[in-house]
Amino acid sequence: MDILTLFVVIPVLTVLALIFSKGIKQHRVVALIGFIIQTLMSFNLIYQYLHERAAGNNDVMVFTKDVMWFAPMNIHYAIGVDGISVLMILLTSIIVLTGIFISWKVDDLPKEFFISLIVLASGVYGFFISVDLFTMFVFYEIAVIPMYLLIGIWGSGPREYAAMKLTIMLMGASALLLVGILGVYFNSNADGGALTFNIFEIAKVNIPISAQKLFFPFLFIGFAVIGALFPFHTWSPDGHASAPTAVSMLHAGVLMKLGGYGIFRVAMFVMPAGAHYWANFFMVLAVIGVFYGALAAIKQKDLKYINAYSSVSHLGLVLLGLLMMNEIAWKGAMLQSLSHGFITALFFAMIGVIYGRTHTRIVTKMSGLLNVIPVAGALYVIAGMANLGLPGFSGFVAEMNIFVGAFQHADTFHRVITIIAVSSIVVTAVYILRVVGMMLMGPTTPEFKNLPKISWYEKTGTYILVLFIVLIGIFPFWWGGIISDSIGPFIEKILTF
Amino acid sequence: MISGISIYEILTVSTIIFFIGIYGFVTRKNLIAMLMSIELILNSAALNFVIFNKYLFPNELGGAIFSIFIIAVAAAETALALAIIINLYRLMMSLKTDDLETMKY
Amino acid sequence: MDLTYTVLIPLIPLFMFLFLGLNYKRIKEPLSGYIGTAGLLITALLSFYTAYQYFFNYGKVDEVYQKIYAFNTVWIHFTESLHIDMGVLLDPISAVMLIVVPLISLMVHLYSIGYMHKEPGFTRFYAYLSLFTFSMLGLVLATNLFQIYIFWELVGVSSYLLIGYYYEKPSAILAAKKAFIVTRFADFGFLVGILMISYYAQTFDFKILNDLDFINNLKMQTGIFMGLSVITVALVLIFIGGAGKSAMFPLHIWLPDAMEGPTPVSALIHAATMVVAGVYLVARLFPMFYFFDDGFALHVVAWTGAFTTFFAAIIAFTQYDIKRVLAFSTMSQIGYMMLALGVSGYGGHEGLGFMAGIFHLFTHAMFKALLFLGAGAIIHAVHSNYMQDMGGLRKYMPITHITFLIAALAISGIPPFAGFFSKDEILAAAFEHNFPVFVIGYIVAGMTAFYMFRLYFRIFWWNEPDYKHKPHEAPKAMTIPLLILAFMSIFSGFIPFDEFVSPDNKPFHSHIDWTLAGLSIGIGVLGILAALLFYKKEKDLSQRFRYAFGDFYKWTFNKFYIDDIYFFVTKTIIFKYVSSPFAWFDRHVVDGTMNGIGNGTVWISTKIKKLQSGRVQDYAMFFVSGVLILILIVWFSINY
Repeated sequence: MDILTLFVVIPVLTVLALIFSKGIKQHRVVALIGFIIQTLMSFNLIYQYLHERAAGNNDVMVFTKDVMWFAPMNIHYAIGVDGISVLMILLTSIIVLTGIFISWKVDDLPKEFFISLIVLASGVYGFFISVDLFTMFVFYEIAVIPMYLLIGIWGSGPREYAAMKLTIMLMGASALLLVGILGVYFNSNADGGALTFNIFEIAKVNIPISAQKLFFPFLFIGFAVIGALFPFHTWSPDGHASAPTAVSMLHAGVLMKLGGYGIFRVAMFVMPAGAHYWANFFMVLAVIGVFYGALAAIKQKDLKYINAYSSVSHLGLVLLGLLMMNEIAWKGAMLQSLSHGFITALFFAMIGVIYGRTHTRIVTKMSGLLNVIPVAGALYVIAGMANLGLPGFSGFVAEMNIFVGAFQHADTFHRVITIIAVSSIVVTAVYILRVVGMMLMGPTTPEFKNLPKISWYEKTGTYILVLFIVLIGIFPFWWGGIISDSIGPFIEKILTF
Repeated sequence: MISGISIYEILTVSTIIFFIGIYGFVTRKNLIAMLMSIELILNSAALNFVIFNKYLFPNELGGAIFSIFIIAVAAAETALALAIIINLYRLMMSLKTDDLETMKY
Repeated sequence: MDLTYTVLIPLIPLFMFLFLGLNYKRIKEPLSGYIGTAGLLITALLSFYTAYQYFFNYGKVDEVYQKIYAFNTVWIHFTESLHIDMGVLLDPISAVMLIVVPLISLMVHLYSIGYMHKEPGFTRFYAYLSLFTFSMLGLVLATNLFQIYIFWELVGVSSYLLIGYYYEKPSAILAAKKAFIVTRFADFGFLVGILMISYYAQTFDFKILNDLDFINNLKMQTGIFMGLSVITVALVLIFIGGAGKSAMFPLHIWLPDAMEGPTPVSALIHAATMVVAGVYLVARLFPMFYFFDDGFALHVVAWTGAFTTFFAAIIAFTQYDIKRVLAFSTMSQIGYMMLALGVSGYGGHEGLGFMAGIFHLFTHAMFKALLFLGAGAIIHAVHSNYMQDMGGLRKYMPITHITFLIAALAISGIPPFAGFFSKDEILAAAFEHNFPVFVIGYIVAGMTAFYMFRLYFRIFWWNEPDYKHKPHEAPKAMTIPLLILAFMSIFSGFIPFDEFVSPDNKPFHSHIDWTLAGLSIGIGVLGILAALLFYKKEKDLSQRFRYAFGDFYKWTFNKFYIDDIYFFVTKTIIFKYVSSPFAWFDRHVVDGTMNGIGNGTVWISTKIKKLQSGRVQDYAMFFVSGVLILILIVWFSINY
């Protein structure tokens, strides 16, 4: 079996093993082993990928495989990876792994919990490895559905409402996506030849400009809803606030990345003319999201809401970077996807750790936690600092790539957009420091004088995330290099259409 | 032929009866009243059979026989319906359709 | 010559930070201080050696000091010419900073062993100090604009951590937050400026940016924005960043509050090193500042500096917290440096202002650190920051007294102390190029002498209050740094800076103009005498003056209400009228729309649901009406 298919198969095997395991301890261990294997495979994949590139394999996608799935409609199970997808796969593995560590103590239906989590992950893996639109869509749906269960069953607060809202909005997005995909499919024979779902086959065809203009927004919005584009972001605060910690991590860390990735790989890649036509319009929406998410975060009281709005703001930067249409900004957008994945996962993990001890997420009810749980407090500060774009952490590198890229357009429109986006760094500092000041510093709240220390599994999970944040922050050239290697085809297709 | 009365007048009567029946069936809430309305509808139909038989095929009896059939079926049906209604009434102490909504569950 | 070893200069403190930070529980009180100090000693020796070698050995080629990249590596690659590097740049001003930063930092490390004794989080303190030293060294050694920005942010965060060191004190938290956010706001300007330069110049590299041919080329190409070259706009934006860190009006509000941090931190960061980063930045890009639009951006620098120096000096008159007096004095002196850079020309003797600015930066670091460390010793002894609790301390703390006096004389510009020389050069430069600025500078010189000696007399003379504990001289760990810095405050003025520092890196000769010098000494002495009259003994003279000025005094005492204006803008306007409506808008309008769509669907469905009532009557009704309508339609369509 080839290396990529294993990424979908191993989660399935893990799920089977989980079904036959007994007792919470076994469940945990099985899930953990499954994901340690998965993580090792991700590293191996990167190694293999680099090896392959070093050996002079300059194909757009490597490790490709193509199996006919449904001949009448020319649907294939077609897979392959490039530099961007291998990094995304690594991100997914790390976040699910740390998520399992963080949810070590889930004791309500643990088996079902882990199964849902892993099914979700396998959907995400499938999404990242597919090069066939139809398979991609199928995997996307696989990733979205378990979310409903995870939030609805293991969530907190108004969880049914949140789960339903999230699922319905994402399903609405899927509907648009499907329209877009079919639109592309039925135009994929514009140059003669057969209808196809394969992205690279389609990319060779020049889809009529009118069709591109018509279908680009469908695909873009379809993906952008999960990427929290303003004004379709409102599922995210409610969903994140109600989701259990590991799910928030996975959702904000990985699932929201499907949006940016999908837009780049599918929407923009197959319909460059549409992308250019619509870029300015969506850029305005993206920058509104950036600034507005940050401002809305200032006033929130619930830690998870703050983080959810912060995600809206940071993912707005991803979309902005993509729409800026140049190499630097694209690289920045992909780095931002990665970086935001790790940072926000760390953030949610820390919120989970704190919530697990204080049983409240309301900022104003906590104070002086740094005294009681110093390690957790310090980790929260690190997450905050990474989030506000401190050099040395990943956020800085990604944001700077986006900003520098965005500034390579000299017209007033792009300038204004960019400057507004840049100004969000100030607002981000405000809401991060506000929380740090209120919650961690100050005199300790009496009822929180004795909180249990951060436990080994929480530590392991968060340290891994911090490690990756710092690795990106200090060695951006390595990560950036992998991304730049794969950005060539996009430049060729989108910028020189 | 009935002198001085054309088929139209009689058909008008039967139509009126029919619509009175429909109206009664749709608007009445009482099961008995509904049953009565259904009877009206049936009777208007039976009347039509007889009339058409009389005016179109005066030498045949098909229409009349059919209306006798209808009357017989209607009688059986009414008996059945009344039995159900009486049982329902015993069960629910009411014959208003609104009170019998639970029947559909 | 292989200069790669210079990367160790910033990396040793970084290592110290990681080491102490990761082991903060295992390493206990005195040990972490020793480790930190020892690490810094190595850094300091390396940097002194490097600076010495640079100035006297290999730096000067053909009578010009070269910009040498001791180390440079691409960190983020954008395009062929545009990339962010990490490296070590040696040139005269970075070499000067290589003396200032490690020296002051070393003194502060040493001093803190005594000062921070028995504080909780002693190790944490040393870790932060190391982090700061690392960032500051990275900043001064930056080879490109973006590297400066990176370390700029890092010094910002170490400043945040150190101001908030007493994190249980609400005022410290607020001060730390304020410092970070205000400087971050300024950095926004800085970043946009950098981005603009990145587009027009397509490089961040200092060697290229400061190259005259390159500047001339760039002048031809760039566009015009509101009557100014775009690069000028970018430079002004960059200066805003510098003004934020250097506490120039109106971005100064964080500096007085930053005194909530431990006193050694105030000495190191908020007096001697970090706050001069803005000056350093302007000096770094000096050729660009000078050549674009006839130095428009430089005029902005000069006038901002001049206004700030005056403004801060007035406020310093009325403050009672001794650290705040020193903080305003710092502001005022940094304004002086900015002013000096602002009035400077380029080439030969014209570059006097540039040289004087850097010179003043150097001497000021010495005596201001000394003043702060002295103030720390005093606070340590009397456990209060307020002048009202002090008086007559000369008897109890002889060493602190003498060193404080030396520093006060130095800052007042009395020869032969260090401040005299640098200040005199600044005034000379201003006199030649910009007379109004000179007048401001001249008046401020007198004001400085007055408020410094007000401080001095109030602390060491005046009347003794009832001390609960007898104040005592500070321990050796604290007095030794004082003595070293006092030595530097006396003698550093004799360093011939014109030999080393000039805008075009060619040594030139300046000489003291004794008429000007006499005038400035005169006003300095006048200020001291006035202070002597007012504050040597407890008198009501100062009170009477205070009442005579009435409202003006009140305004000054409240720092002209600038803080309140900011507070109003941020709390009321941003929070209440911007952020809250945004949050409301999001919850109710955007989310409301989404929920509205959901609720609309539900509403429609409940309406439609009624049709499926399960009642035969209703179905019959629909059936009949449907049939009727059909009949009507058919009927009408047949007939018409």
